[in-house]
Amino acid sequence: MLPLDVTEYGKWIGYLIFFLIGMGFGVVLELAGFGDSRKLAAQFYFKDMTVLKTMFTGIIVACLLIFISAAFGILDFSKIFVNQTYLWPGIIGGLIMGCGFIIGGYCPGTSVVSAASFKVDGILFFLGTIIGVGFFGESVDSFSDFWNSSYTERLLLSDWFGWSIGATVVAVTILALIFFYGAEKTEEYFRHPLRKFSWKLSNARYVMGGLALLVFALIIWGKGQPDAEKKWQALGGQYQSTLDARDVFIHPLEYVKTWNDSSIKLITLDFRTKEAFDQFHLDSAKRVSLDDLIKDDFIFDLAQLPAQGVVVIVADEEAQAVKAWKWLKVQGVTNLYILENGLHDWNQIFSGIQIEHFNLSRPSAKVLEQFPKDSYKTKIKLKTNKRAVGLCS
Amino acid sequence: MEKKAYINPYVAGVFLGFVLFGAFALTHSGLGASGAISRLQVAATDVVAQPHVDRVGYFAAMGGGDRHPLDHSSVLMLLGTFAGGLASAYRNRRLKVEICKGPKISNKKRLIYAVLGGILMGYGARFARGCTSGQALSGGAVLSAGSWVFMFSVFIGGYLMAYFVRRLWN
Repeated sequence: MLPLDVTEYGKWIGYLIFFLIGMGFGVVLELAGFGDSRKLAAQFYFKDMTVLKTMFTGIIVACLLIFISAAFGILDFSKIFVNQTYLWPGIIGGLIMGCGFIIGGYCPGTSVVSAASFKVDGILFFLGTIIGVGFFGESVDSFSDFWNSSYTERLLLSDWFGWSIGATVVAVTILALIFFYGAEKTEEYFRHPLRKFSWKLSNARYVMGGLALLVFALIIWGKGQPDAEKKWQALGGQYQSTLDARDVFIHPLEYVKTWNDSSIKLITLDFRTKEAFDQFHLDSAKRVSLDDLIKDDFIFDLAQLPAQGVVVIVADEEAQAVKAWKWLKVQGVTNLYILENGLHDWNQIFSGIQIEHFNLSRPSAKVLEQFPKDSYKTKIKLKTNKRAVGLCS
Repeated sequence: MEKKAYINPYVAGVFLGFVLFGAFALTHSGLGASGAISRLQVAATDVVAQPHVDRVGYFAAMGGGDRHPLDHSSVLMLLGTFAGGLASAYRNRRLKVEICKGPKISNKKRLIYAVLGGILMGYGARFARGCTSGQALSGGAVLSAGSWVFMFSVFIGGYLMAYFVRRLWN
């Protein structure tokens, strides 16, 4: 099941894999001609559209491979790192980079390849980027509010447009094909201004290649991404032992401790009936049903939780709690726990408490002092790198 | 011997797509370069002004205290990129000390602009939280909304600026 976690095989094996992937990247960039600033800069004068062609082909091919693997249950997309969206800082940073690109002739990755093939301008550009990142580190404090603004943890184009992932994949594929057609025609026009211009696409191999990408995308759309139930069948095996060992069932006192920990954002999902909920519920609880768990909006909100986010399931019956745990787990919710035995023990555990203003729905941290330290086994282990973090950090 | 011609851009793109997919399948995340560059900068600062690294929050996250800024997978990827570029350039007889520039500008001018462009690029890449590889390629492939917006703003920035620096390249 993908993605593998190569770091599990030890740090140095992990590093070796990163090195080899980097090598593949470097070879491809060099083969495409990205070690030469003239070829890169020509993109912006319409004479050589290699940058656009190679970049978008790479994006679309990787995108199709990722989502077709996900559609057939080979890859768990919820474990794939998706760059956070910081809309406006991204736009401003992108504009600055665009200027740097055409003034200096490279981007960071291509300047490495250029430097590796002894291009003096590439070496100096690379040194420039080192100075630039330093300037940024020195100055970011003065505009950190803006730099951290317009933020969404995991916002896909599909979430943004309200489309399915399959439909979005088809749309970006078509967009890329339009770009490729435009790139071919632009090159023809600017390279041979005197030749008679034709809108026809004459290269049969390109037409076939484009169609192949489109068919691939349509298969992804037709197949659809697996729902929670199907994902559990495909991926559940790896979590079964955790469930069997009861490592995700937390003691009510651990719940109280977590609830009072200001560094943790606790979300409590209460699956009991409306009557039971109205009668008594934990202060932080939100009433939900199993049907909610397959709604995109609901999962989207949980995916936005920070690394210190903990989700606790409360239900009357363990079978229901476990089902909810499974469905949420395979949809990428990290730090996910079940309150042991629901609220059945709650009253009893806190019955002997002698504290002023004791509130059963939100016990304060003081409550914990009235219990021996070893009265429960700590289960919550925060996975602070909730998914893999990107390489940009 | 004559250097070999570059390969077809779409074929290169297909290779790039497979490398990128491989990166996701093996490491959860895609490709990247600017993160490692930032770490090189922190490492260099660490040598000359170590207290400064501990003081500036942005640097300390990478190299503060006992943390070694270069002990990170992104640095290995950067080294790999260098090695891959070197190997491919050697094999295709493109390993040559030269300055790539437009026909109308002097070497000195080209090199000054290369440094300037690099500074802007490094600054912008940290501003946008990733460069062309880490944001545009990797984020683009997994349909990150922010990465797509970012990608278009890089192209827009480039095209807007291109007219003013046309003498550098044409």
